[in-house]
Amino acid sequence: MIEAHLPILQVIIPLIAAPVCVFLRHPLITWALATVISWVCLAISIMLLQQVQASGEIIYEIGGWAAPWGIEYRVDTLSAWVMVIVTSVGAVVTPYAKLSAEKEIDRDRLYIFYAMLLLCETGLLGITITGDAFNLFVFLEISSLSTYVLVSMGKDRRGLTAAYRYLIMGTLGATFYIIGVGLMYMMTGTLNIADLAKLIPDVAETRTVQAALAFLTVGLAIKLALFPLHLWLPNAYAFAPSVVTVFLAATATKVAVYALIRIVFTIFGGVDILESVEIRHVLAALAIAAMFAGSAVAIYQTNIKRMLAYSSLAQIGYMILGLSMNSVTGVTAGLVHLFNHAMMKGGLFMVMGCVVYRIGSAKLDDMAGLGKQMPVTMGAFVAGGLSLIGVPLSVGFISKWTLLQAAFEKGWWPVAALIVVSSLLAVIYIWRVVEVAYFREPAAGQVAVKEAPFLMLIPMLLLIGASFYFGIDGTSTLTVAGDAAKALIGGLK
Amino acid sequence: MEFPGLLVYWIIVVLMMMGLYIVVAQNNLVKKIVGLNVFQVSVFLLYITMGKIAEGTAPILADEIEIYSNPLPHVLILTAIVVGVATTSLGLALVVRIHEAYGSIEDDEILEQESDA
Repeated sequence: MIEAHLPILQVIIPLIAAPVCVFLRHPLITWALATVISWVCLAISIMLLQQVQASGEIIYEIGGWAAPWGIEYRVDTLSAWVMVIVTSVGAVVTPYAKLSAEKEIDRDRLYIFYAMLLLCETGLLGITITGDAFNLFVFLEISSLSTYVLVSMGKDRRGLTAAYRYLIMGTLGATFYIIGVGLMYMMTGTLNIADLAKLIPDVAETRTVQAALAFLTVGLAIKLALFPLHLWLPNAYAFAPSVVTVFLAATATKVAVYALIRIVFTIFGGVDILESVEIRHVLAALAIAAMFAGSAVAIYQTNIKRMLAYSSLAQIGYMILGLSMNSVTGVTAGLVHLFNHAMMKGGLFMVMGCVVYRIGSAKLDDMAGLGKQMPVTMGAFVAGGLSLIGVPLSVGFISKWTLLQAAFEKGWWPVAALIVVSSLLAVIYIWRVVEVAYFREPAAGQVAVKEAPFLMLIPMLLLIGASFYFGIDGTSTLTVAGDAAKALIGGLK
Repeated sequence: MEFPGLLVYWIIVVLMMMGLYIVVAQNNLVKKIVGLNVFQVSVFLLYITMGKIAEGTAPILADEIEIYSNPLPHVLILTAIVVGVATTSLGLALVVRIHEAYGSIEDDEILEQESDA
């Protein structure tokens, strides 16, 4: 009975819990509530994934109104997969949040922090589950508005300007998205994604629909921080409270990538949009530019949170590169990297959260000698860093290997070489941190610190552990991503 | 072509570009948000305009009337207006906090302070 309603529960439970947090107000109680809710969400998303794998796509009509008039929720392998990513990150972030947020956010605003975290998760899950293009916009704005609040909550005043700039860019992106949806509605009279996919091919040659695609792509590219539309991201990640950065880096851009996949592969799947050479080359070129620009700028950062943010830009490049190949292997590489990057970058930002918790700074120079003082934390950084580089046995290796295979299939030899070279850039920026943390003596007057508390270490080790567990045995993640990719490409023909 | 023709769409595009230009070119944080509003309102107009059909009346079922305007875009825009109000209020709230923290709402002065820090 209840199983039939899982799709709506997935969204409505965190949505209702958020205002409840505002009423409860007590930091400890709201934290406990947020933790319980995030684990419930994880359970629901895993059940949904199992249901989808067992019996195929789930269609849930809200209020019993049939699509295309009513709004429907549609869960297929891809959306269930992305929901598992979002909720599993949410489930490890909330326990971690307790100490980290107490340190970095004013105590009397902690309840708002948990409410916003839940709202953000609601929005992200909503984007993933909905089968309606306009509904997607509403959830996009729910998640974005709560994200702006989250980014501005830290004690560093630069967080405020970062949030403001993110708000301006994010709103422009979302508005571009609704312009695109509006233009599609003009030509087809429907907002349902499945319905659009049927009707768009007939009108694909019109200027209106082509303009719609342009608006949708640019709007979502801002949201997912594709180079060169990424300018909001580094400061937002660097100056947000650490735990917020963990959550955003691991989920927000991934869900925007998901939305782009829905537009390009599902709605425009019938028109061979990536087959028209220019678009594919534009996406691939931007992705490769992102891989190099992101990594190259990361090398020169002195704030390590900012460095990891630039590294995220490069990683987004790998995902988009995979998608732009438009082959089953390429899309699989992109999708598996969604998960893998969420694990390793979430883990790395958690390491930085622990560092900030103890030394109150994310600057490279302040991290001298931390290798001895916080062995577990810095060990996790090295492990996460190796994964980011793509060393065998780590998830990064699985992603890059699949991506290389896809490039070979296409005969894109230069691209394959570029993938390898850009991975080497990651070695440089990870090594800088290792060198300072392990081989440089602490500056005179630097206070020795203890290892981070257990409540923060355990979620961190879970994510870093996952980034090796799924690296040693990548079959489960690759199978799911492969299934989703086949369904997407299958829709194309 | 009849008189109104595509005139409304031209107005929308002009408004849209004005809004976008204000967001990009203005130095003042409040004015940027005003520009963002102009930009969003032009999109609201785009939706409302596309619902109108020549000769169409309000969508109330009655005898002798066969052409109705499409009410759905209007309803969608109610939602978008709510989102726009929320964005504006959050943006202005951030500007208030920025003013408290930096003593200025001019973008270049804030950037100067940030590069010193």
